[in-house]
Amino acid sequence: MVIEIDEKTDFRTLNEKIRASGDKAVLLNGCIGQRYIATGVSEKDITVHGTPGNALGAYLNGGNVYVYGNAQDATGDTMNGGTIVVHGNAGDATGYAMRGGKIYVSGNTGYRAGIHMKAYMDLKPVIVIGGRAGSFLGEYQAGGIIVVLGRHNDGQPIINNFCGTGMHGGKMYLRCDSLPKSIPTQIRAEKVCGKDVKELKDIVCDYCRYFDADAAELLDASFFVLTPNTDNPYKRMYTNN
Amino acid sequence: MFVNNSGIGAPFEGEVRIPSGCAVSAIIDRSGKTMTGEKIIRSIATMHDRSNGLGGGFAGYGIYPDYKDYYAFHLFYNDFQARKATEDYLIKHFEIVYSSEMKTRKVKGIWGEPIIYRYFLYPLSKRLTNSLMDEGQYVVKCVNSINADIDGAFVFSSGKNMGIFKGVGYPEDIGKFYLLDEEYAGYAWTAHGRYPTNTPGWWGGAHPFGLLDYSIVHNGEISSYDANRRYVEMFGYKCSLQTDTEVITYIIDYLIRVKKLTLNEIAKVISASFWSTIDEKSEEEKREETFLRKAFPSLLINGPFSIIFGFDGGIMALNDRLKLRSMVCGEKGDLAYVSSEECGIRVIELNLDRIFAPAGGVPVIYKLNEGVNA
Repeated sequence: MVIEIDEKTDFRTLNEKIRASGDKAVLLNGCIGQRYIATGVSEKDITVHGTPGNALGAYLNGGNVYVYGNAQDATGDTMNGGTIVVHGNAGDATGYAMRGGKIYVSGNTGYRAGIHMKAYMDLKPVIVIGGRAGSFLGEYQAGGIIVVLGRHNDGQPIINNFCGTGMHGGKMYLRCDSLPKSIPTQIRAEKVCGKDVKELKDIVCDYCRYFDADAAELLDASFFVLTPNTDNPYKRMYTNN
Repeated sequence: MFVNNSGIGAPFEGEVRIPSGCAVSAIIDRSGKTMTGEKIIRSIATMHDRSNGLGGGFAGYGIYPDYKDYYAFHLFYNDFQARKATEDYLIKHFEIVYSSEMKTRKVKGIWGEPIIYRYFLYPLSKRLTNSLMDEGQYVVKCVNSINADIDGAFVFSSGKNMGIFKGVGYPEDIGKFYLLDEEYAGYAWTAHGRYPTNTPGWWGGAHPFGLLDYSIVHNGEISSYDANRRYVEMFGYKCSLQTDTEVITYIIDYLIRVKKLTLNEIAKVISASFWSTIDEKSEEEKREETFLRKAFPSLLINGPFSIIFGFDGGIMALNDRLKLRSMVCGEKGDLAYVSSEECGIRVIELNLDRIFAPAGGVPVIYKLNEGVNA
């Protein structure tokens, strides 16, 4: 099913149409800020051309969402399963409280990606950011895996302030040669070579499949693996301001 | 003081706090070329669902070229007595070169509108000299005096060669109500869609909030309101609306007009970095930011906000230091855009040279190009 959208299209009408469609594959053209696309959807392949609105794929429960353009805020909020692939950048709070499924962003993401991310048994969410991430990456992360590949070329650092504040589970992989400043002391950072880590290899190969990048080249580099440091648990998390 | 809830059925502004969402948007043509309000209306309309119909408004810069040396006062009146009292006051303090009821059109979704007038004014020179104030102070004092002392009158715009247009309704409807898409052309526009959270929403309380040629549109919910209010009220400002936007406007007016700070310095005061972040900066930055934080600790604005500050010749976009509200900037040749959401930019310019989300506390300033006189 193909749906043509313009600035007059109301998000409710659009989402009702998507839900009502019997087709597995749905193609949206000309999307311009319509919210909640693919929210709670289980078994569809939705392709979006344009700029999808906030909360794209929130509570997504399966299926695939492909975006050709930039995603706005709260992409994959609390998603449970399925895959979101963004050929562009994703705004703030990407993968907020994610509990399953996978998000691949070819470019950068804004503030608070992967905050409150969690995992349970075989539900192990994954976020891959091709470029760089804003502040508060993985704040309060409790599970799952965040990978930042640092393929951006605007001279900005791969992560910003307060990365992993309050992190107490899960893992982050940052592809860079030296450890970014201001990683909290409650986090353990270990330098590894990408190609030596099976789990990371699989994730990076998936990323490269979507975005036509060279996995061998991306993996032949050093990564810092961030995990909670159980030797130094939280006493007081924030400074006095 | 203008108090009017007729037709809205809501309590008065300033009497109620309701525990936000809002949308902001702006366009500037740095070459000084003017555009009608049509684009800014389309931009803010894509973010319709961020507001709830209880406020919308616009500020246009460069819209009164024929009267650019005169203060353009936009007034809401409850009734003709308020108009009479205000005009008596204006005649005593200003030379009125033009006055008329503002042209509006009937739009579905806009109702309960007050009487809306526009005046082009210049301070009476003898009065101004005797007041021992500079022109800006004199005009501000007159605006405050009308707003505080005349029942049923409210000055909602008071700058030169700029104007604020606002009211209760969705912003796209307010824009059409004031005929911004036909009657006005400016080099810069800002817009706001309101989702009032602390106050009930009324015509005067809609954004932008303005003072002289400064205007603010704001999305957020600041937690430092009372600390900020107490501080600026020491310098003669009177916060009567209980809205964040009002106090932010006064803070910026104080820092820019009274303390002569630059826009970049203002950003470091109101959206100061955490001490831990300052510690990691270069010696020079550390010295500057430490000084500004210590000099104006009570003007740190805490809590989520994204604002667009409009002024004669430019706009500034700024987020709170933690970036708890969204904001995207785009550029295409001389045109620059700011919007709460990317769709608000893409809808009017699909192909941009550059699009980026500024970090929290980092101001984005777009000014008219060197030598452009708008």
